[in-house]
Amino acid sequence: MRAKKRISRIAYHTIVLAVGFVMIYPLLWMVMSSFKESSTIFHTAGQLLPTQPTLENYANGWKGFSHTTFATFFKNTFFVAAMGTVGSIVSSLLVAYGLSRLRFRLRGLLFALVLLTMMLPGQILMIPQYLWYNQLGWINTYSPLIAEFYFATQGFFVYLLMNFMDGIPKDLDEAAKIDGCSYYSIFSRIILPLSTPAIATVAIFSFMNRWNDYMGPLLYLKRTEKYTISLALKLFCDQTSSSDYGALFAMSTLSLLPIFLIFVTMQKYLTQGVVTSGLKG
Amino acid sequence: MKKERNSKLGYAKNGWLYKEKTAGYIFSAPFIFGFLFFVIVPVATSLYYAFCNYNILKPARWVGLKNFIDIFQDPTFYKALGVTLKFAFISVPLKLVFALIVALILLKGTKLTPFYRAAYYLPSILGSSVAVAILWKRMFAVDGLVNKLLGIQFAWLGSTTAALWVIILLAVWQFGSSMLIFLSAMKQIPPELYEAARVDGAGGIYSFFRITLPLLTPTIFFNLVMQLINGFMVFAQGQIITDGKPMNSTLFYVLYMYQQSFEYSKVGYAAAMGWILLVLVALFTGLLFKTKKYWVYE
Repeated sequence: MRAKKRISRIAYHTIVLAVGFVMIYPLLWMVMSSFKESSTIFHTAGQLLPTQPTLENYANGWKGFSHTTFATFFKNTFFVAAMGTVGSIVSSLLVAYGLSRLRFRLRGLLFALVLLTMMLPGQILMIPQYLWYNQLGWINTYSPLIAEFYFATQGFFVYLLMNFMDGIPKDLDEAAKIDGCSYYSIFSRIILPLSTPAIATVAIFSFMNRWNDYMGPLLYLKRTEKYTISLALKLFCDQTSSSDYGALFAMSTLSLLPIFLIFVTMQKYLTQGVVTSGLKG
Repeated sequence: MKKERNSKLGYAKNGWLYKEKTAGYIFSAPFIFGFLFFVIVPVATSLYYAFCNYNILKPARWVGLKNFIDIFQDPTFYKALGVTLKFAFISVPLKLVFALIVALILLKGTKLTPFYRAAYYLPSILGSSVAVAILWKRMFAVDGLVNKLLGIQFAWLGSTTAALWVIILLAVWQFGSSMLIFLSAMKQIPPELYEAARVDGAGGIYSFFRITLPLLTPTIFFNLVMQLINGFMVFAQGQIITDGKPMNSTLFYVLYMYQQSFEYSKVGYAAAMGWILLVLVALFTGLLFKTKKYWVYE
């Protein structure tokens, strides 16, 4: 009986591990290939580990194209992602507090509109927003990629923060009110410090989404020196004529590194975001 | 500054700025402006342009329903709509079924479970990036990893039937976030229910279909709605991996809209397409909510 149980346990782990390995094999293959000599990548595709690991691809890829190195692309992406994230956090916090704690006439309507922005995909707004930003003269600037996030247009984040704030006991507000706190100080002294776990979740998802964003930069950034990493990779892929896959894989790997680091260190918050409000990675 | 004065003197709560409703509007102000400025205004302008012949360079000219008539006579429009529906209706159910199965398998907690969960979740986290789309393109190239491992020479991305499946596979591969949602919902099912079922002589399969699945239907419903909406919007992966080729067999709706607008400069036409998509998605979501009472357990 015990032996049988043991065998089934081993079988379970073997199967789960094997399927998991197949799942992440493509990613492993990309990372390992980035250390192979570029010309050998495809005829050694069946073999995972490089026989003679080299950093040459990283050096070649980093040079970039059109006189712009990947250092610029990384810097641009970091700027856009950080600015957007700060905006999302600040604006979503304010709105979430208003909708979660305060009673006023338009509250119900505004909450319904927040849910609407949650369901309304950005792709539907692609053409309308482009025309609008074009009129504002925002083409080839970072404004279209940053500005809207300072106005709590990410319904998911507002919803997540609202849910979290709803869980903070109302008694705290009441006690603070008796002590003479206004709604503004209740927000800054009580709700804000207690919301840090939810803020971390919003920060992580916002940063990852901004980092990975492709459509925004594709529509609005026209000059190479303004490109973000996703747009640069796509162009790099189109330009490297069948020869330098090594460099392509090396830069792809680097572009995933920040996201991977977040994944490794912040898993708790990631899971929280997915589970509580269906944020997708 | 304000809050300092307020907490020190305590009288300021009577001022209009400190009324609950004023504070409510002040805190909601970013969203009120944001919604007007980044949703309503663009959407309203695009409604106008949907009835215009417009290419950004020249002023818009009112043409009435012409764009809509042209769209409904455009065979490529129907092609793109069909491809998109096929993609969404195959990839989303597959993804959810996988997510459910893997969640069931990982429900049993062992020391290694957190590690497994992470491995299965990783593709969802990285999957929407351009890097992974490029990787996918290279994997399914004629001299790529997949052919090498299978020992064949097949042009996956050059085949009108296989190319769409390559992109479907990429979507299904990212089942991890749905899996996490199912896992957390499963853990909330009270264990007494399973115990009672066992006492009544029910086996594992019976309790799955009679307890687990019915109690998961609200979660499944939520996932289905959100993922299908996202499925209709597929763009980046399609544009990077195949760009609609071969022979429009992977021409997704949003990709076609993008091409009309930014490659053929038919902005009015694309704006009209956007409106059609919005109406379709709204209708479809409404329809799904109508079916809710027949299969979602509440």
